[in-house]
Amino acid sequence: MLLDSLANLGRLGLAILASLGRAHLLLLGILSGLPAMLARPRLLLAQIYNLGVLSLLIILVSGLFVGMVLSLQGHYVLSQFGAAESLGVMVAASLVRELGPVVTALLFAGRAGSALTAEIGLMKATEQLSGLEMMAVDPVKRVLTPRFFAGLISMPLLAAMFSAVGVIGGWFVGVGLLGVDDGAFWGQMQNKIDFNEDLVNGVIKSLVFGLVVTWIALYEGYDATPTSAGVSRATTRTVVQSALAILGLDFILTALMFGA
Amino acid sequence: MASAQSEHTAASQTAKDRLAIADDQALVRVRGLRFCHGQRCIFDGIDLDIQRGRVTAIMGPSGTGKTTLLKLISGQLPADAGSIEVDGHEIQSLSRAALYQLRTRMGMLFQSGALLTDLSVFENVAFPLREHAKLSDSILRKLVLIKLEAVGLRGAAALMPSQLSGGMARRVALARAIALDPMMIMYDEPFTGQDPISMGVLVSLIRQLNDASGLTSIVVSHDVRETASIADYLYIIANGQIMAQGTPQQVAANESAWVRQFMDGEPDGPVHYHYPAQALEQDLLQGLRR
Repeated sequence: MLLDSLANLGRLGLAILASLGRAHLLLLGILSGLPAMLARPRLLLAQIYNLGVLSLLIILVSGLFVGMVLSLQGHYVLSQFGAAESLGVMVAASLVRELGPVVTALLFAGRAGSALTAEIGLMKATEQLSGLEMMAVDPVKRVLTPRFFAGLISMPLLAAMFSAVGVIGGWFVGVGLLGVDDGAFWGQMQNKIDFNEDLVNGVIKSLVFGLVVTWIALYEGYDATPTSAGVSRATTRTVVQSALAILGLDFILTALMFGA
Repeated sequence: MASAQSEHTAASQTAKDRLAIADDQALVRVRGLRFCHGQRCIFDGIDLDIQRGRVTAIMGPSGTGKTTLLKLISGQLPADAGSIEVDGHEIQSLSRAALYQLRTRMGMLFQSGALLTDLSVFENVAFPLREHAKLSDSILRKLVLIKLEAVGLRGAAALMPSQLSGGMARRVALARAIALDPMMIMYDEPFTGQDPISMGVLVSLIRQLNDASGLTSIVVSHDVRETASIADYLYIIANGQIMAQGTPQQVAANESAWVRQFMDGEPDGPVHYHYPAQALEQDLLQGLRR
């Protein structure tokens, strides 16, 4: 009984290591396709449209509401200490440092990551990837590389837009509905938000999240069992693993950037 | 059992003699091929030759590894043992670049068609040309239209794959497979799920393309009548072995009980109708004893 449990544990460990190995080899293959992709930028632009532009609606609407809720909650707490004028700083710092990159990445994993996994998995199930192989075209370089870099480029841009719209939502609620001074809202934000400390760190976070989410999505699709159930499982795994990776990495990155 | 074994031994000896004679004309030469999936060996030391300029059919019941054989020949799967030579190149030992180079001279028609769903019919056929040949737009357009004309679908050039019937999708895939004027084409179950008209079109297209373009064709199928009608040579595989081979007439005259059951589509015979199980009475009474 105990030996069986140990054997199962060992098998699970080996399966995880093998999967990690395949994922890293796939990443190497994807990166090696960069020169070929740069020679055909239209492939990249098409994927930036698919992953980035088509995700705009959910990102912008979510950003607006997150900013509005942040302003409501922030005003309640800050007004207890007579610091309601600092609402702009609180909203902007929360969005740029944390919520922008994290919530954007979570939404991106749900909208674009799951779509990527399903697309690649179905291409595998319908033999399109094998068809490319037989036409002497490397499916990793032709199909996966443009999608990977499109995810990497789209994520920081989407996070920036999320934060910008969130600040506008926060301003609307704080200044427009709760009566916070307009000048104090923007003035304190301008004084306290630091370019390197806040903005650059936020961009670094969203770049890391973009890499991880797109990598997980592409790997899960490429490694999916080529059946409807297999693709369905792979899509679920993408969303779950991406969410866990985003939250775990966010803690590590936050500790490294702002912990000291 | 013993007679079936001796029948098989005699058949493989005759097969080896034939292979020795035909060896020098073979485009594909398979020797001692062994391929296992987990505990199950799909091929256990098979030898076969695909002659240049001929239509060779590989037939057998579902699940006997016909598609796997095509994947092994095209280097999509690695063999566990044995050798596979295509046009003098040992597939197993080719580098990735050399394998890709060889694949530009091999076409494959997948069972599903495997058309790229985000590209139009025209762009699907143009795809291999855009990837491998630096052609001007006007020459590329002419070439694509000629290939589509050959399969009777020039008028469908602007359609998307989702707008095509199953038979049309396979014909487009065939046009794409011949876009680079390959030396050979592999057809994976080309007739499965086709209506009689589409099937008739595909049957005559395979033969016509083979003869008109000087191709070598490998047709994997379990549609006995259609396949035998266009094939120059047949291999019947099952249980990891070649059960019979020869011209369609020779195979039709084969008296092995197994071959007869397969060729005539008998529901019972050496291949049993029932999946192995304990006796029916035992199974039914088991519920009462619980």
